Amino acid sequence: MTALVIAEHDNATLKPATLNAIAAAAKLGADVHVLIAGHHAQGAADAARLVDGVTKVLLADGAALADGLAENVAAQVLAVAAPYDSIVFPATAYGRNIAPRVAIGLDVAQISDIISVESPDTFTRPIYAGNAIATVQATDAKKVITVRATGFDAASATGGSAGIEAITAIADSGKSIFVKREIAKNDRPELTSAKVIVSGGRGVGSGENYHKVLEPLADKLGAALGASRAAVDAGFVPNDYQVGQTGKIVAPELYIAVGISGAIQHLAGMKDSKVIVAINKDAEAPIFGVADYGLVGDLNEIVPELVKQLG
Amino acid sequence: MKILVSVKRVVDYNVKVRVKSDQTGVDIANVKMSMNPFDEIAIEEAVRQREANVATEVIAVSCGPAQCQETLRTAMALGADRAILVESNDELQPLAVAKLIGALIAREKPELVILGKQAIDDDSNQVGQMVAALASMPQATFASKLTIANGRAEVTREVDGGLETLSLSLPAVVTTDLRLNEPRYVTLPNIMKAKKKPLEVLKPADLGVDVTPRLKTLKVSDPPTRKAGIKVPDVASLIAKLKTEAKVI
Repeated sequence: MTALVIAEHDNATLKPATLNAIAAAAKLGADVHVLIAGHHAQGAADAARLVDGVTKVLLADGAALADGLAENVAAQVLAVAAPYDSIVFPATAYGRNIAPRVAIGLDVAQISDIISVESPDTFTRPIYAGNAIATVQATDAKKVITVRATGFDAASATGGSAGIEAITAIADSGKSIFVKREIAKNDRPELTSAKVIVSGGRGVGSGENYHKVLEPLADKLGAALGASRAAVDAGFVPNDYQVGQTGKIVAPELYIAVGISGAIQHLAGMKDSKVIVAINKDAEAPIFGVADYGLVGDLNEIVPELVKQLG
Repeated sequence: MKILVSVKRVVDYNVKVRVKSDQTGVDIANVKMSMNPFDEIAIEEAVRQREANVATEVIAVSCGPAQCQETLRTAMALGADRAILVESNDELQPLAVAKLIGALIAREKPELVILGKQAIDDDSNQVGQMVAALASMPQATFASKLTIANGRAEVTREVDGGLETLSLSLPAVVTTDLRLNEPRYVTLPNIMKAKKKPLEVLKPADLGVDVTPRLKTLKVSDPPTRKAGIKVPDVASLIAKLKTEAKVI
């Protein structure tokens, strides 16, 4: 039994969700190999070989793989898929984009967004925006799996000493051209890997107030900033702030929900957080049903006071 | 240019589903069913391309039971010109649906295929990518902007941490994210007009597709519930709890 994990990386380092995917692959009871498909990606391969549990790293290094185009990366995976029992991706925008192309290329079902491994062919996954959990069994000999990061503790980034095997990189499909990437730049941690998240909802009132009230608290705690879909739809913050079933799924040590009522679609994205704090003026808001600590009152007074008392 | 759009009939997004007591699935008897919201955005985008004279015809397709005809009528009321239902009472998993849509693409030869990024029932997020691979078309998933010009599709995609722009040769597959557009409301005159539009019904066998499920659902259960905690009276006690009890700051 061998599993191949398709790493998400920026050519120099591994993205955190790759470590959770490696942890899930290890639970399949299999040897874990990692594929780095990139360009000038030796750095990412060096990082992957040190991950605990990894026994081999495949490095496909070529210009066609520079920007992670789905057509090319999927072709690369299919080119090496033959000996593997499972092909495992992180369930990120990157992994979700590529995995189904690999599944249909192998004519097998894909098991999306698994949150646990019950046995090598049986998994649980959330359906209906997390309102139900399905236990599914794969009947295909080969499995293509995407892994929801919050379901698995990340594999340790050190402790391994796998060898790196260079493989032939595939040629460009010629059908899709990468034009540009606009990644919001800031000094805050990324939402999906942050230890603390300060998140705002419609109750914050405006985009201006969102920044005025929440940023000082996030600065104080070294936190990432998030938002509910209502706040995003109201135009307070851009879409990539969104935490929820249709946004990012997060599980920080501490999640502070400010002015968020707690719609089911938001809860689906943050309910695995270790500690949840809710600040809301409506004592009946559903967010208090999942919060460890609730504080009822005006967020415009409470949050600045919190910043002040944190000193 | 012909655009093919797939639509799925799902439990309405406002309905809170209940898991059946025998854990065989969720209870969808007597529950309001609607078009998958991402598919509504897909139809809207296709209709806008036709209104802008970029496209000449919008074909809505659906796979599922006879009731999907209602969903297709809604798609036509939103502006699709005609519809095809691949009717089946069997459980259709993403792999099978992708093959059915792939067979319809081979028959209809659209230059653009637009699908929702995922259905809000099984949340698989697979069919668009599978269709693209099967039809050997380039793909742009999670689209928030689509421009067709000079025989190519330029698509802005929502990715982790920001946006990415791709230029695809046509024919191509695009899957929609929430911010691509805001679908129009269905009006009564358009509902009446939609009743007269052509709706073809096929069976999976007509398309030569084997739809046998590959995943067995062993059970469906309620998600673990998180217990409500306590309310604290003020900021000072909140900080004290976070420091001494939860030990997270």
